[in-house]
Amino acid sequence: MIAQTRLVEVRQNVLKHNDTVARALRERFEQAGVYVVSLVSSPGSGKTTFLEETLKRLRDRFRVAALVGDLATENDAARLARAEVPVRQITTGTVCHLDAEMVEKALAQWELPALDFLFIENVGNLVCPATFDLGEAFRLVLFSTAEGEDKPLKYPTIFHTADLAVITKLDLATAVEFDATAAHQSIQQVRPGMPVLEVSAKRGQGMPEWIALLEQRRSNISRSRPVGEHRE
Amino acid sequence: MHELSIALSIAEIAAEAAARQEARVVAVHLKLGVLAGVENEALVAAWELARERTTLVGAALVIEDLPAWGTCARCVPHQAEIHALDQWSCARCGAVLDDIQGGRELEIAALEVEA
Repeated sequence: MIAQTRLVEVRQNVLKHNDTVARALRERFEQAGVYVVSLVSSPGSGKTTFLEETLKRLRDRFRVAALVGDLATENDAARLARAEVPVRQITTGTVCHLDAEMVEKALAQWELPALDFLFIENVGNLVCPATFDLGEAFRLVLFSTAEGEDKPLKYPTIFHTADLAVITKLDLATAVEFDATAAHQSIQQVRPGMPVLEVSAKRGQGMPEWIALLEQRRSNISRSRPVGEHRE
Repeated sequence: MHELSIALSIAEIAAEAAARQEARVVAVHLKLGVLAGVENEALVAAWELARERTTLVGAALVIEDLPAWGTCARCVPHQAEIHALDQWSCARCGAVLDDIQGGRELEIAALEVEA
């Protein structure tokens, strides 16, 4: 005999906890007037080099800092520290993504109103970070010219959670026979209308446009607070 | 592979809801959108571990997969299902969709308990 069962409605979002923490973070960031940008990509796409170059280009005019997620090592944080801005490492152990709580913990005792920009580099992974809101204002997804033009087609979900696609390592484009048209097509195929930037952090191509975009995004949201005044 | 942490969250929330019930939980019903970034089979495997040491030992995880859909400006009704995630267009007329309305769901819909 089959036992009778009945359904009891629950209707609860599994990510409710993360979403609650992320929402609180977003409010804190907005109140503190810090513009928070997160970066996601697969391992080896040039995230850290791109971020290092970004920090260097901003640090003279803005107060900038970075949080870096990595599975085991502190290599990325050490590399970013070369940009001579405050950098904190989040070592995730076996966890393949950052979540809002990890960001919240890493920010403890950090004076947010003393910052203009905060960058959060996620663990190198194009799958898992898609699920977790970190409270950021702007999310980049990066992929390099060496990775193949169809990357967006393989990982559409992450492209849907991001605001801007950045094609990195433009300096390698010729060597790897990068097909820019195909790459742009595959981005538009999974996310019509998505803005795209092509950069070489090494050579500087595309970097001024990226920095200008960041400044513009920040000034759109910033309140009456003076910008970049008391950098030490 | 973040399905284990998702499964642990499901177990935690479901166990909390189960504590308010007198009856034994037979299954946890989950709604899972294709854009949630969670793999169905990996989640079921992780569930076997996550339910251990909770009151949900023996409870199955029943997943209802939900499609991605958006709004098509051309078609009536405007609701348009997306059949291929690498082809973000209306399955009916092929027009490009500029928004996503559904597909990100990750929700515990109900507990199935013994009557």
